[in-house]
Amino acid sequence: MTANKTTNRSAEAPDQAALEQFRGYLLRYALLQLRDQGAAEDVVQETLLAAIEGGGRFSGKSSVKTWLTGILKHKIIDHVRRQSREQPLMAESDDPERSETEAVDALFAADGHWRNFPANWGDPDRSFENKKFWEVFEMCAKLMPAKTARVFTMREVLELSTEEICKELGITATNCWVMLHRARLSLRECLELKWFGQS
Amino acid sequence: MSFIPSCKEVSELLSQAQERPLTFPEKFALHVHLPLCKGCRNFREQLGFIRAAVRRYIDQDDTPR
Repeated sequence: MTANKTTNRSAEAPDQAALEQFRGYLLRYALLQLRDQGAAEDVVQETLLAAIEGGGRFSGKSSVKTWLTGILKHKIIDHVRRQSREQPLMAESDDPERSETEAVDALFAADGHWRNFPANWGDPDRSFENKKFWEVFEMCAKLMPAKTARVFTMREVLELSTEEICKELGITATNCWVMLHRARLSLRECLELKWFGQS
Repeated sequence: MSFIPSCKEVSELLSQAQERPLTFPEKFALHVHLPLCKGCRNFREQLGFIRAAVRRYIDQDDTPR
């Protein structure tokens, strides 16, 4: 395939057609973080344009995919920066955050025990091969409250450290940990109810 | 945190262990709690699964290698 040629022939800039093949991947990456089709398409478009224009800077040391992902990450971080200026995480008087705290509290009894103990998921990696699982996963990711999801995906998709996330969003490390904990509980609960508890 | 931590506290520590090294007292708390609690042991496994699932989701097989 052309893509193989572009990755193997070191330091040669990949052409537009070769870059296009990564659009689906880049879009999934961006969408998971931004949760907005329009915004995700915009950053992917910017990424591909930057790659075409800056093709000469492709060193061939990494794969085309890694190179594109690096560009996309920067575009997404810029976007999140703008977003967090417009909708700061902490200047929060509306209810969603409170209902999130309540949602977490509802998972535990007053003495801190699980109300429903997390079940044994057996060999969950087998689900990776199942298309239906990914539909459920997508749905569960979307159910996560927006601000919790923003922190979670910065950690798990952009792979930023807690320190970097705190700096970008102007929150404390403790706050960051609380939101990551909530995010994981929420995703876990949903996957168990909608997938692992079903079979 | 009391001497024997609750499931809620343990779930917080297990989550934070994905961000930072735990302190000795925190590790001790897990050491006390986990052997007694199947629910939290399952939760620990699930945290690893969730992290792996996000990577796999992005990397589904429609891109050239």
